[in-house]
Amino acid sequence: MIEFNNVTKIYKKTFTAVRNINLKIDSGEFIFIVGKSGAGKSTLIKLLLREISPTQGIITYNNQDINKIRKRRLAEYRRHIGFIFQDYRLLPKLTVYENVAFAMEMICCPAKIIRREVPLVLSMVGLADKAKYYPDELSGGEQQRVAIARAVINKPETIIADEPTGNLDFETSKEIMKILTEINRRGTTVIMATHDREIVSQYPSRVIELKNGMIIRDIKAGGNEDEPKED
Amino acid sequence: MNPKRINYIFKQAFKSMWRNRMMGLASIGSVTAVLIILGFILILVLNINNIALVARETFDQIAVYIMDGVEEEQIEEMGRAFRQIDGVMGVAYQTKEYALEKVKRDWGEDAFLLQDLRKNPLPNTYIVQLTDVSKANEVIKQLETFEGVEKVRYYQDAVNSLIKIADFVKKIGTGIIIILLLISIFIISNTIKITVLNRQREIELMQYIGATNGFVRGPFIVEGIMLGLIGSLVAILIIMLGYNYIIDYLAGRYLALLSGMSGYLVGVKMVINDLIIIFMTIGMGIGILGSLVSLKKFLSV
Repeated sequence: MIEFNNVTKIYKKTFTAVRNINLKIDSGEFIFIVGKSGAGKSTLIKLLLREISPTQGIITYNNQDINKIRKRRLAEYRRHIGFIFQDYRLLPKLTVYENVAFAMEMICCPAKIIRREVPLVLSMVGLADKAKYYPDELSGGEQQRVAIARAVINKPETIIADEPTGNLDFETSKEIMKILTEINRRGTTVIMATHDREIVSQYPSRVIELKNGMIIRDIKAGGNEDEPKED
Repeated sequence: MNPKRINYIFKQAFKSMWRNRMMGLASIGSVTAVLIILGFILILVLNINNIALVARETFDQIAVYIMDGVEEEQIEEMGRAFRQIDGVMGVAYQTKEYALEKVKRDWGEDAFLLQDLRKNPLPNTYIVQLTDVSKANEVIKQLETFEGVEKVRYYQDAVNSLIKIADFVKKIGTGIIIILLLISIFIISNTIKITVLNRQREIELMQYIGATNGFVRGPFIVEGIMLGLIGSLVAILIIMLGYNYIIDYLAGRYLALLSGMSGYLVGVKMVINDLIIIFMTIGMGIGILGSLVSLKKFLSV
């Protein structure tokens, strides 16, 4: 469970990126964070990953104040969270298989488990047959699927995806969404920042809308409420 | 630490060293250069100190050369008079024959060179032992007034200036070494910087995935240490060969002159163990510092 308690982040003492954020995310939720660029989506994600610390307020993860985590323990905390980038961030010199295995190697998984788990996750994202390909031999959608595989391989409790469909066309985006909802269905919390309204409207779930660093809407039912629905 | 992790760290370190080998060579070269200069200065200081030390023991006394042709009675008379001088502890007489024998003994194998001497060139000598070094000048002045005294030699001054020279070389040397060390650290940190930048994506990813700090930093620190160590090994080799060569050269050229002084030079074998330890420590130190400087600058964890 993630909780933001009156969180404010001010950059360089002048620019307020997010303001008085109060937010509670239960385990197993699927959440969209929407808003124009500059609305504070990235700041929210960075705060959650503890890349940055809030100027005010408290963020808790499973009731632990994440800004009280010691630096040495930070790596451990980040293992609870799988992160998916807009630009995939695959390592170009490694194959699909190796890119996914990389995440397990980084936390020192035994080789036996790596050999068992990587093919399972690759088939979950539908890339079992492309294990030996290099990232530049894949389409954008496929690359993002590799990135998703890499994010879930260590079985994190939470997946954070920052504009995961930002570089993809609608059809490909739907494939990505299908995988993300499947991951969520298996019990993982998914937090997805996006400004793709069409996607949001297609996958009804909780939507948090940010504007100028503030939450202007938090709708359990989802959808794009500011645009009157036509049906 | 788990062996898999160590394996990974070393693999990464070697990989990036190879990928970045030109900068690596520059780093190794700079470490080697610093250490060679350090070695040179160390050996110089050691030798000057050693010479001063040996000389001090040998020459903590005044030699009074007696003119040839002075009668033995008069010589004995002089000895008695010397003993009366204030500041003199004791006096020993050394005949010219004894002095020649001693030289022959010192020269060892080369003593045959002395066989053809028609006349013993060495003087009869009184060795005057002082009660206190501070009285040396006083005593010397008085000794010089005696009739039949050819020359009064006292080496303490020379010894003292040698010690001063050694101190001076030490100070200048320390200054040079510190500057050079900083330059080396800078060059290594630059090399590591390139590696860090090359691998920035990977590092970021590692941090997001939750790799521990040691895991992220390990390869860079190992790379720095390897560069420093290789540099120090090259320096050790060059110093060893170079110093050996210089000693051989001096010995070959000035054998007769130096053989009596062989105790004055510090042999390679006597210093090499210390040098290896000093060099490897400094080499590794430069490497670690270089890596840390870079990591601090370019890794925001």
